[in-house]
Amino acid sequence: MAAISMRALTKHYGGGAPRPAVDGVTLDVADGETFGLLGPNGAGKTTTVSVCTTRTPPSAGTVEVAGLDVAVEPRRVKRDIGVVTQRCTLDRAITVSQNLYYHCRFFAMSRAEAKARTAEMLELFQLSARAKGSVNELSGGMIQRLQIARAISHGPRVLFLDEPTSGLDPQSRLSLWEAIETLKHEGTTVFLTTHYMEEADQLCDRVAIMDAGRVLVCGPPRELKRTSAAGRVITITLASPPNGLAARIERIAGVQAVEPAREGLRIHASAAETPVPRIVAEAGADLLDLSVSEPSLETVFIALTGRELRD
Amino acid sequence: MTELRSFGGLLARDIAVLARNVDEFLLRTLVQPALFVFVFAYLFPRMGQSVGGGGGRDFASVIVPGLVASTAVFTGVSVVSLPLAIDLGATREIEDRIMAPLPVWAVGAEKILFGALQSLFAGALVLPMGMLVSATAVSVHVGSPLLLVAVAALACLTSGALGLVIGALVRPDKMGLVFAALVVPLTFLGCVYYPWERLDVVPWLQVGVLANPLVYMSEGLRAALTHGVPHMPVWTFLGAGVAFQIVMWTAALRLFERRVAA
Repeated sequence: MAAISMRALTKHYGGGAPRPAVDGVTLDVADGETFGLLGPNGAGKTTTVSVCTTRTPPSAGTVEVAGLDVAVEPRRVKRDIGVVTQRCTLDRAITVSQNLYYHCRFFAMSRAEAKARTAEMLELFQLSARAKGSVNELSGGMIQRLQIARAISHGPRVLFLDEPTSGLDPQSRLSLWEAIETLKHEGTTVFLTTHYMEEADQLCDRVAIMDAGRVLVCGPPRELKRTSAAGRVITITLASPPNGLAARIERIAGVQAVEPAREGLRIHASAAETPVPRIVAEAGADLLDLSVSEPSLETVFIALTGRELRD
Repeated sequence: MTELRSFGGLLARDIAVLARNVDEFLLRTLVQPALFVFVFAYLFPRMGQSVGGGGGRDFASVIVPGLVASTAVFTGVSVVSLPLAIDLGATREIEDRIMAPLPVWAVGAEKILFGALQSLFAGALVLPMGMLVSATAVSVHVGSPLLLVAVAALACLTSGALGLVIGALVRPDKMGLVFAALVVPLTFLGCVYYPWERLDVVPWLQVGVLANPLVYMSEGLRAALTHGVPHMPVWTFLGAGVAFQIVMWTAALRLFERRVAA
């Protein structure tokens, strides 16, 4: 059974919005899968999550989570999901451990169960030392860990993470990735949105690239990079100006385009063939340096939309 | 059944927060009514000034139930509306409770119920305080405990619901304005400091204040707590109280659901 199943999901906020925020999205996320929704700001990722998590009613189409229609049975859906929103929604009137404890109580656990679960979560997310402290004293990384700990403390089948690492320093981001990897190994279905292509690439079994409310392409990251028009980018640095060299390189099999770059050339090549040995031969003694960038989700996005992911 | 336990969890969280700030709560609740009773029912009778026409003795018996009602209403409205407006607007801390496995309206209903509990608590504090501070004896006479329970329940729940309406409609930065322009007039024109019957001296006002829910609470408490002070017929304030209750709850829960989905 699919953990999440969207059918022609559309959300139009009205009130003068020129186009729907989400425009006919159809996606299936399998049980236990880590699925990434990748796209620039304003692509409709957060709205998609809002509908999936019962917080916003869809304008058209249906969404089923854990086999239940979110518009028909929101109460039962909420029991099976955990949600981490983009903004910190931790309860600032109570302590770190109380944030976990009362969340467990909201999910109908007894006092003893909630207490035991709280201790377990604090330990697992390395927050025990801060248990009695206020949420206001936590760093950005800790806040995000606590939000995830809270979201999974009732044992949801599907976890929604909306831009979980947005605004985090690189180290906190890495530790959060580790936490997500752990959940993945434990079999939790994770649905995350991000505008960091490295994040989608690293964590996700499958990725859907979204822009202007529509899903452009969906598949495992490796496949997306292989099948799309985006290829390798080879950059060479030369000792002298490349007189006639660009034209010679352009004729090499596998080379799609050549353009001038700082102190050399940037060569777009297909992912299938490698023209590197022949480029080296053509450049000869002039060649100072050569680097190859593998195709990335970023280059996939550029190939599909003509724009960069982070604008 | 699990829904009830979730609801209990929401209440437990609110009670824990209140317990941490109980001193603040007492200060907010008691200072204003204590001063009111002190000036009008302690100082004035000693100065030989009479208020309300009937002399000090009667006035104390009139205003103490009125102050109980106005404190209960003010508490119920403010403890629900202010934190909710902040939760819904700036911090979205409400989000985690919205995601509890309950219908969204139940989260709003919990707010109303908890506001009503605090409102009841506040009223129960003001009554003995008023009697203690007043220079003249406040004649408290509970004719029918059942009537007192009914009036108190209506008053507290209606004010909690009014708090939810305001909290769902008003942005936090406009809250002061709403209290000055709406809550304060409701109190002054809510038959807190005078019985409704005596408003016959200004007929248009006597009719006008009937739109104010606080009137029925003050009158109801006066009927339930005193003997010999004039009040409306019982069926009037109970009927109006129930009607206001239904209207307020319906409006409050609808507005709350709409606001949360937006």
